[in-house]
Amino acid sequence: MSNAKMIQSDVSSVLTLQEMAEIDHELEHIPYKSGAAIDALKIIQAGRGWVSDECLQAIAKYLDMSSEELEGVATFYNLIYRRPVGEKVILFCDSVSCWISGCDSVKQTISDTLGVDYGETTKDNRYTLLPVPCLGACDRAPVMMVGDDLVTHLDDNKINELFSADKTGDQS
Amino acid sequence: MEKVLTRNIEPGKAPTDMAAYEANGGYQGLRKAMSGMSPQDCREEVSASNLRGRGGAGFPTGMKWSFVPMDDKCTPGHKYLVCNADEMEPGAFKDRLLMEYDPHQLIEGMILSAYCIGADISYIFIRGEYIVAIERLRKALEECYAKGYLGENILGSGYKLEMYVHPSAGRYICGEETALINALEGKRANPRAKPPYPQVSGLWGRPTIVNNVETLCNIPHIIDRGAEWFKSLGVGEDAGTKLFGVSGRVKNPGCWELPMGTPIREILENHAGGMQDGLQLKGFLPGGGSTDFLTKDHLDLAMDYNVIGKAGSRMGTGTMIILDDQTCPVGMVLNLIRFFAHESCGFCTPCRDGLPWTRQVLEDIEQGRGKVEDLDTLEYQINYIGAIGNTHCALAPGAMEPLQSALKYFREDFERHISGGCCPYHSGKGA
Repeated sequence: MSNAKMIQSDVSSVLTLQEMAEIDHELEHIPYKSGAAIDALKIIQAGRGWVSDECLQAIAKYLDMSSEELEGVATFYNLIYRRPVGEKVILFCDSVSCWISGCDSVKQTISDTLGVDYGETTKDNRYTLLPVPCLGACDRAPVMMVGDDLVTHLDDNKINELFSADKTGDQS
Repeated sequence: MEKVLTRNIEPGKAPTDMAAYEANGGYQGLRKAMSGMSPQDCREEVSASNLRGRGGAGFPTGMKWSFVPMDDKCTPGHKYLVCNADEMEPGAFKDRLLMEYDPHQLIEGMILSAYCIGADISYIFIRGEYIVAIERLRKALEECYAKGYLGENILGSGYKLEMYVHPSAGRYICGEETALINALEGKRANPRAKPPYPQVSGLWGRPTIVNNVETLCNIPHIIDRGAEWFKSLGVGEDAGTKLFGVSGRVKNPGCWELPMGTPIREILENHAGGMQDGLQLKGFLPGGGSTDFLTKDHLDLAMDYNVIGKAGSRMGTGTMIILDDQTCPVGMVLNLIRFFAHESCGFCTPCRDGLPWTRQVLEDIEQGRGKVEDLDTLEYQINYIGAIGNTHCALAPGAMEPLQSALKYFREDFERHISGGCCPYHSGKGA
């Protein structure tokens, strides 16, 4: 993204008053504006699901940073999404305890059921599938998160149960 | 055994709120400190307790704190206490339990620790995926502000402390304390060069202590009941109790509070219920994904920092990962190396390039394309990126620990993959 493009973007036409107020609230206990970079990205993502180029440029301007610097921050962190994601993100744990407990075949079942691999979003836009470092629930392996919910003791039956509605196209 | 850290935690029981926490002796340590103990008194009690960091390194907590400039030796300005709640070590699942079921214990520990080092601002840096813990900690913080345990003039002592819950945006490397500080500053989480150490120049260039959740949870009990009592809890060389965990294909995976120095066999057989039917123990990582394998010859060792260290591994987080005889050790090490290669911050070349190279070699061996000389390549990587000093931080040396010990104990498994041209386990789990 070019500097010229960045300057053109008007912060207040991109960020909402609510979003700017939330960023200001974070800035209250941060000595430098750029210190709120990650918080600001998360605030925007919380409302919009992901961080678009346009939003990234607006945040950078709001925090007196270059877009390039903020992009470096945004792309470092796996829970900041720089591409659109589905309504719910599936964070699938493929770390060692889940692997020992058979997560590879569970992952295959999810991919077969939803028709997506890592980094992809279902056609109905309901789910995006991503791998995640060890979720810290190894005594209940294999595990994953679906949106905000931790789902444990995964096996093929559980996957079918969870996603059977999606398989049949039922949106309820 | 007396339960200390988990005295409010029982399966099926509701998480502890302020009323329940106080009804069971909660905030007594805080009251005791605020009504007559100086920060120095509190620090001396913690030093005398021999508490060692529960995050993995086992560094003595009192000594860590002793490097923070105090009183007139400190330039005017903020000091920070940060709780490292970024639990992401493969196979570690103990801090989640403490935060979800007894958030006030952690907060009391943080108030006391902040008081010890003279901090006026504190952060709970918690991984973003711990949604339930974040919610419960935030609620507990509100309860604390309402009761005057946080904010101005805590319990009339004149001491002032603010506390924030800071959910992280991800990445394993944030568990490294200087990377964590960079993340808190809104930057990419590359670890910093040391010195300066965070105790002198940490968050925003100010004195900062970063302690693990479980470490901090011990502090209220040490202040309330004293160092001698705390030391008496261990059954071996080390003081206190510890949350020990077992995952893998055992009958009853879980996490239990036991005395420091509990023998590994007791944890595995009495608490985890032994191996699942039809499986034998082949080896185990005693303290998470970046510790060296031990084998059944080590089952009678005590879970003490120095005992496990002398056996060639580390106690790490105290959460063991069990390798059974029907799971491929090459596949298991490949899974771990793939994790660490993915989580490298990319700052230094040996880690950024050496780990993917190692992963590729292991993939070749696991998938039957390995050559005998690949084992020399692995040895080369172990000696090069495994040596402290060749990399910017401890991530890559930690990644080499399970690999080097797998080659030591399970070398014939690697050789069978190469000579047979396939994975002899063929467990269906793939790699």
